[in-house]
Amino acid sequence: MKHPGMINKVFNLPDEIFDWSQDNFERASEIIKKYPNSRQQSAVIPLLDLAQRQNSGWLSKTAIEKVAETLSMSYIRVLEVATFYSMFNLEPVGENFVQICRTTPCWLRGSDKLVEVAKEVSNTKLGETSDDKKFTIVEVECLGACCNAPMVQINDDYYEDLDEHSFKKLLTNLKQSKETKKGSQIGRQTSHPQREDNA
Amino acid sequence: MPTITIDDKKVEFENGMTVMQACELAGAEIPRFCYHEKLSIAGNCRMCLVEMEKGPPKPVASCAMPAGDGMVIKTDSEMVKKARKGVMEFLLINHPLDCPICDQGGECDLQDQALHYGFDKSRYEENKRAVKNKHMGPLVSTIMTRCIHCTRCVRFSTEVAGVDDLGLLGRGENAEITTYLEKTIDSELSGNVIDLCPVGALTSKPYSFKSRPWELTKTETFDVFDGVGSSIRVDTRGKQVLRVLPRINEDTNEEWISDKTRFAIDGLSRQRLDKVYIKENDKLNASDWDSALNIIKDEINIRGKDKTITLSGKFTDAETIISSKLFSKGLGSNFYDCRFDNAQIIHGENESYKFNSSIQEVENADAILLVGSNPRWEASVLNARIRKAFIHNNCQVGLIGPALDLNYAYKEISVSLNGLNEILDNKSEFSKVLFNAKNPIIIVGTSAINTSEGSSVLKTCAEIARKLPNYSESFNPLNILNQDISRVGSLELGFVNKVFDGNFEKKLKEEIGLNKPVVFLLGLDELNPKSLEGSFVVYLGHHGDVNAQHADIILPSPAYTEKSSTFMNIEGRTIQTSRCHNPLGDAKEEWKIFRVLSDLLDCGIQFNNLNDVRKTLINENKNFLAILEANSSSNLSFSSKEDIKDQSLSYNISNFYMNDSISRASETMANCTNEILNKAKAS
Repeated sequence: MKHPGMINKVFNLPDEIFDWSQDNFERASEIIKKYPNSRQQSAVIPLLDLAQRQNSGWLSKTAIEKVAETLSMSYIRVLEVATFYSMFNLEPVGENFVQICRTTPCWLRGSDKLVEVAKEVSNTKLGETSDDKKFTIVEVECLGACCNAPMVQINDDYYEDLDEHSFKKLLTNLKQSKETKKGSQIGRQTSHPQREDNA
Repeated sequence: MPTITIDDKKVEFENGMTVMQACELAGAEIPRFCYHEKLSIAGNCRMCLVEMEKGPPKPVASCAMPAGDGMVIKTDSEMVKKARKGVMEFLLINHPLDCPICDQGGECDLQDQALHYGFDKSRYEENKRAVKNKHMGPLVSTIMTRCIHCTRCVRFSTEVAGVDDLGLLGRGENAEITTYLEKTIDSELSGNVIDLCPVGALTSKPYSFKSRPWELTKTETFDVFDGVGSSIRVDTRGKQVLRVLPRINEDTNEEWISDKTRFAIDGLSRQRLDKVYIKENDKLNASDWDSALNIIKDEINIRGKDKTITLSGKFTDAETIISSKLFSKGLGSNFYDCRFDNAQIIHGENESYKFNSSIQEVENADAILLVGSNPRWEASVLNARIRKAFIHNNCQVGLIGPALDLNYAYKEISVSLNGLNEILDNKSEFSKVLFNAKNPIIIVGTSAINTSEGSSVLKTCAEIARKLPNYSESFNPLNILNQDISRVGSLELGFVNKVFDGNFEKKLKEEIGLNKPVVFLLGLDELNPKSLEGSFVVYLGHHGDVNAQHADIILPSPAYTEKSSTFMNIEGRTIQTSRCHNPLGDAKEEWKIFRVLSDLLDCGIQFNNLNDVRKTLINENKNFLAILEANSSSNLSFSSKEDIKDQSLSYNISNFYMNDSISRASETMANCTNEILNKAKAS
């Protein structure tokens, strides 16, 4: 299974140098302050997350090294953490990082079809980034919203109760950078049981 | 004392022990991969599972479970056997079946334990995983598919070696051990990961595909590459030393040895002097013993018996020292010395050249003052102890001397030696740390005492040591860190001459210029050949290194693996090495050479065999009697406050990997120099 969060290598774009933005530098200092003295290295996960957000969704070699230097850790220790968690991407990803759940409930409710739709709209393969850098499509295991299956996560948002039609619309909107409806696509409130007339 | 029941046997244990340690007390052997006594507990291999009565209904990992009073443990129940078999089956799923071509074969933990806990066939039908090999430098070769992720190597490099180079990337199926961007492990203890690896994932690069463990002759002996005198095992086949492994010795090297000890041995089969050579018309020609010894006899007679100079080198053993000293005395000369690096001593005070506090005491220290010493290069395994103290006792280290790349934090006190004045006068910040600590020690490197000021540095350091809170009749916190195994033994035998005090090379030059005597070099290559101009040089040694080329006569003698000899390590601990194989070519032990010369020149040396030599040795100095014991004293009667001038200091080892005749001949060490040192310099 190809996934930019599940590789054990660091990657760098040519001449890319990561440095904290002023905002994020302040945020990082705030985060570090939360941890007791001499335990600042515990901030490695939130700082990696911050770096990933600043670096358009992935951690480059220089980003990892910057985090390590910020926390006075060795590079390998930070890389261990970054490679352990699949949520840290170590390769460039598209503007929309589409994670399609493929675990049993979503699968039974048609996640395979969603994968086909995603491939079609983005014109790319699973685990890869589209040429226009709009999408990266990956399959993932359960994201914990089984009652609203099938669902996908795109960047920080969940899109639930999808079918081929609504997912295609969703992706087309994203491709055109239009507003999208987050959460359930059939108007379900949280995880309430589905009404007969909606079915 | 709390008790624990193990397999129906009650044993008492100390609080803080783990179940595994308690099991060992009871004589029950627990299989393990990830657990190692000297490393932190990881508990990730699950091989050490035992059953605990009234505990959880599942087996527990004995290495990570603290032993409790009244626990009942079973180590051979059905549950335990089944659990261990299960673990083994999982381990073997991805482990390749390449034992016949694996260097670890025959001494592999996994192989041995699979014999007891492995199934006879595999139930696994899927594809085995394959992992790319990593580059870890010129010493460690990797076959990462064999790795079982015990993380011993990661813990070793982080905790003991103090270099955060190795790590475990990824998770689950994708987990792999690597260095950051496949960089070389930048540690002088890196070879120890080879011993720690329970499988064949990390193996020795120079030794790869050389031999099988059962073909080797194993000799327990001691190392000579630094002053510590680490306990080692030398594996030989015929007249070839194939590898060196550490032996456990809590007094000196614990379980580690430096990379030089382990890998410089290929130098033992290169550039060897295996014949007698005589210089004729500026060319060294092979010859025979009789003619060479007769020429020496004539030269000594012509140039003056009582002017003959004898100088010892890095690997000179006590037998050689005593026989050459007796020989010199017989000639009526007392021009002998061992301080080729000009390290000063206080004559008659053995505390002025010994590591008085003992090596083991270093790990209890909570403040260490390093004076002109780079322990990482001068005594790598001792440095591991300093790091241990740094980690466990929060030991504060202060350095007087130029900045160093040490693997623990230290405070830079001053670059110049006059920082000692400030420490003594309580003017330095580190004075407070030092004088308020519970167990402070001082380590003085030879780089600090190799000038004419050396003796005042020693006296001042002794004065500081005297003022330390833990100084007492029974504990001496002043430590001199000599770099060579030969030094303390030679000094104990009084192989010094006050004539050479202050500036060895200059005074030697004067002496040679004046008398043009015969000079015996006992494997001494650290001297500028120009200082010897005008003299008749007789070189006794095993390597055609710097000074052998300038010798007038070369007499071959055995290297440290080829003879049994006595040394004293930095603490004054007497060690006796064993002969691992016969000497190469025509080489003869030095004491035999001096015995024959003594007959030719009527010097009256009496001994006829090694036993006699050792008896003479003990008669000369009783400290040689107690094998493996360090003798210590604590008087510091030479202490005095001297005014140390502002003088710069430079460390006298410029290349850890190649600083003696054996390692300079070693290809492996040359590779290390290129890949590790030169790269570090370039970056």
